[in-house]
Formats: sequence, C-alpha cells, structure tokens
Amino acid sequence: MEARGVVDRSPSCELPKAPTGIRGLDEITFGGLPKGRPTLVCGGPGSGKTLLALTFLVNGILDSNEPGVLMTFEENADEITSDVSSLGFDLPALIATKKLVVDYVRVERSEIEETGEYDLEGLFVRLDYAIRSVGATRVVLDTIESLFAGLKDDAVLRAELRRLFRWLKDKGVTTVITGERGEGLLTKQGLEEYVSDAVILLDHRVHDQVSTRRLRVVKYRGSYHGTNEYPFLIDAAGISVLPVSSMALAHDAPLDRISTGIARLDAMFGDKGFYRGSTVLVSGTAGTGKTSLAAHFIDASCRRGERCLCFLFEESPQQLLRNMRSIGIDLEPWVEAGLLRFHADRPSRYGLETHLATMHELVANFKPTVTVLDPVTNLMTVGTFADVQAMLTRMIDHLKTENITALLTSLTPGQTELERTETSISSLMDTWIVLANDDLGARHRRGLYVLKSRGMPHSNELREFTLTDEGLHMAANGGQPETSELARHDMWEGHNRRAGL
Amino acid sequence: MTCGKDTIAVQVSDDRSAAALSQGKAYRLRLYVAGQTPKSILALSNLKQICEDHLQGRYEIEIVDLLENPQLAAGDQILALPTLVRRLPEPIKKIIGDLSNTERVLVGLDLQVCR
Repeated sequence: MEARGVVDRSPSCELPKAPTGIRGLDEITFGGLPKGRPTLVCGGPGSGKTLLALTFLVNGILDSNEPGVLMTFEENADEITSDVSSLGFDLPALIATKKLVVDYVRVERSEIEETGEYDLEGLFVRLDYAIRSVGATRVVLDTIESLFAGLKDDAVLRAELRRLFRWLKDKGVTTVITGERGEGLLTKQGLEEYVSDAVILLDHRVHDQVSTRRLRVVKYRGSYHGTNEYPFLIDAAGISVLPVSSMALAHDAPLDRISTGIARLDAMFGDKGFYRGSTVLVSGTAGTGKTSLAAHFIDASCRRGERCLCFLFEESPQQLLRNMRSIGIDLEPWVEAGLLRFHADRPSRYGLETHLATMHELVANFKPTVTVLDPVTNLMTVGTFADVQAMLTRMIDHLKTENITALLTSLTPGQTELERTETSISSLMDTWIVLANDDLGARHRRGLYVLKSRGMPHSNELREFTLTDEGLHMAANGGQPETSELARHDMWEGHNRRAGL
Repeated sequence: MTCGKDTIAVQVSDDRSAAALSQGKAYRLRLYVAGQTPKSILALSNLKQICEDHLQGRYEIEIVDLLENPQLAAGDQILALPTLVRRLPEPIKKIIGDLSNTERVLVGLDLQVCR
C-alpha cells in the first residue's frame, strides 16, 4: 500500500515511456510501454497480438518518428502487408522511405538437420543489421515462440532467447514480443520468465454467444498501471482500448444550463433546464412518452447548433423519425445538416464491451455535446446486472469527462416496482425524471415529476402532460389540463411507492 | 540476393572440382559463420574432412562471415550458426551446428547411401 502511494503521487516522473498511440492503452499505462525495454504481449489465437504490436510500430514511425523493425516468424511480409492495409497501414511506403524493415524468419524443422552445437547468432546478426539499416528504436518480434517448433534443442533456444532479450535491452530499443497463450502459463514456452519489464495479456472470450475482447496489464515494472481488465475493440480504425472507469472522480462541474426543449419542463428546473455535462434519466413504463421527451431535447440541442449523437437500441432511425413527426417534431433536417447522428444497434448484436467501445469511438469521431441513449434498459438483455451497471458507469464517466450532456431513457416494466437497474443506475444520474400513466375513469392520463435533480432547486410537483401533434404539451403550473388534486395525489403516491421511496 | 563474390572467401578443393563445378555436377556448399568462434572453426574443419572423405573432386565450399556480410543472412534464412547450406545440387538443404556428427551431416547432404 505504501509503495503504491508513492508512485501514485508522481505518475509523470516515472521511467520513460514509448507511447503506443493506441487510444486507451497509453492511458492505462500512463504513457505507453517502457522505453528501451521489452514488453511481452500474449494472448490466444486471434486475440489481436500482432495487430497491437504492428500498431505500436507504425504509430511509432508516424507519430514519434521512431523507425521500426518487424521480425515476423509466422507470416511473410506480403501477408502482413495485406493484413493491415485495411487499417490504413501502408507498410510498403514505410519500407520504401526507410522507416521500416520487415524481416520474415522462416524455420522449417523438416528442412533442417541438426548436428553438434549451435547458437542463434544468425538471428542476432539479422536483427542488428535490420536495426542499423533504418536506425530503429522500436522492434517487434512476432511470434518468436515459433522457433520452438522449428528447432529441436529447447535448452539452446531458451538460453539464446534470454540472451536476445538482454541484448535488445542493452541496445535500448523498445521491443514488443508477442507470445501465444499457453496452458497455465501466459505463453506456451513461458517467455514471461525472460521478459520481466511489462506483460500485457489479451483475451478474447465468448459469453452467452457474445464475444468480447479484453486487455490487462499483468505487470509493469517500475510503473503504476491500471490493473483491471479493459475491454478493447478491433474495427476498421484499428485497435482501441476502453479507457477506464476513469481513475478518479475529477470531472468539471460546469454551471451553464441547457434547455430540456420544453419550456414548462425547463420551468421545473428553475427556468433553466439541465446542467451541461450532467446525466439525465427519463424513466417510465411503456408508452409514457420517454422517447418524445428525448426528441424535444434533441430538437432543442440541434436548434442551438449543437451536435447530438443518438443511440437507439429499440427502433431504427427511420422509425423514430416517423414517430416523432407524428407529434410534430421533425428531426430529419438536423440529420441532413449533420448535427444529428443516429446509431441504431440491436443490443444482442455484440457484447457490452463492444457497445461501449463503439459508443466511445462514435463520440470521439462525431464530437457531440449531447447524447441520447434510448432505451438504456435494453442493454440489460446483453449482460448480467453487474456488467451493465459497470458498463454504464464507464460510459457516463466518459461522457462527463468530455462534458457531454447525456439523456438516458429507461423502460420500467409494467406496474411493478421500479427495476433494480433503474434504482442502481440512478445513483449515477444527476437528474431523474419519472413519467407515468394513469387511467382515471375513461381517460388515459400522462404525468411526470422530477424525482431528483442534483445541485439545483426543482419542482416537486407531479405535472400532467399530453402528446399532441405539436409535441409534448405540459399542463401549466397549477395542474392544467384539469387534474383533480386527488388524482394527482394518487399518481404521486403510486410512483413513490413504486420507486420504493 | 546480392552476393559480392569478392567479399566471400571461396575455397575450391582442386582442379577436378573446378571442372565438375563448371559442368554443374559438383556440390556447392556454403558455410555461414559469425567470426572465428570455436564452433565455426570446428565446423569448418569437420566440413573439410567430410568433403575430402566423401566428395573428393566434386565440391566447393564458400564461407560467409556474417559479421562482415550481415545482409546475406536473410537470403538463405540463416538463424542458427554455424549453418551449412547445400546450394547445389538442388533442393537446398540446411545443416546447423558444428557438424561434429558425421553421420547426420551425410544424411543432411543426402550422402548417407554409399557412393
């Protein structure tokens, strides 16, 4: 505990680091891989080891002007080149401009006869020659354990690999060594024994038929690092690690306010609306008007010229546009103006981590000031209760850090108690608006109230509203359209009971 | 592969070998080493002995010192040292180690069947 406290205080003046340029990874390692030292990246087949290593190499060339050497033991230069060209890595150009050397080392046991003593000096010579020819400061060995299949003498190999890693360290090149995950070991041949500076483990697991990739920094000598498993994503833009349920609670707390899009609802928040960068939960049973309320919010944001990103987990964008047009809100022009972007996904399409990663990616690209998640409860179908909560915590955390206002809708099933999710995620929420239905006599009524709103005075009234073809119409203060005091009291009571208050 | 002849020490056994080589009938062998290490010296002397015993008059040995010509290592996929490469006759064969086990060397060179 004591030692941790010491490094905690000064994460910036640790040993020098070589940034990987991989979003998220540099954050959890506080700057990148240990500069001038070897790092072992291990994981099962298809876990993204080679991609991570190559990204490290290419980003080194492009971002830090650090030439690199790729020594590959499994795929030849052409195969590697075509593998990563879809990610926009132009290896031939880097090779032509003398920034990169790719040396394919092929060992075929059947073609080699072993007689008497030998060492791997040839490998050293090749590596040294490659490093010198471009002045490389970054090296990737992918996957050096293949040598064990090619050569018979394990003892020699082990001794030579130990010597190789020592040699690389003495040369001061930052090295990434990839290794295949083994039974009970991080790598098949126990390379972790030799590479003691940093070890990153990649994992690709399937739970409930949904696959998620995770990354964990198993070890990082001399540096503080995040120790959790972090979800990561491989997509057209390459590899990105999900930053963190950030290390601290340190978001700004801006004072400016933004409109809810409904004047009378703004009025309930002291006439000003939500805090910018806050998180708003809108919950209610089916058909209470959650999405309509969200649409008003979107509309108002776009009207101010702000960018709005909207995640749909139930409807397609077309459906939503059509439905909102029916209550007089036309969002289409905002889509055309590039201010509003929809991202619709079936929750079950992939794991929570991938959803989270996708959201991060989209937020990073589109740079919205407002996001809407509709309905967030649909994500419950993808993972366990704890997983969903963790994922939402991360997401909300991230949005807050970016000062993005988020509105989440949540479906409360039937006339039962408020869902556990709702009550549990509510602690993450700054503002909670509850929508309710009530049948009184022949009339179906809708109402809403503000269950909480941190840091501001707000109305405690239950307010009735109607959905008209000009949008959500709230009753004026005092209970119009006509709601009897008694009925209002009933709704109020009912909802407090459901919320367990 | 660019292979500057002048930088490679070439040892041809005798006149007869030169003739055999020109007719494409000889063994063209190349021994990769890195400097004058005990292993490389031993490998060369073992190789010479084996050639004299089994390939008299039809072999040529090139010695490539990778400390002087590191660029040549990739071409023949050299990794372990010393490595003996049989370049001719084809197919290419590789034998790694100090060549102290004559029988294995002969197997590697496809010479184990009596001449």
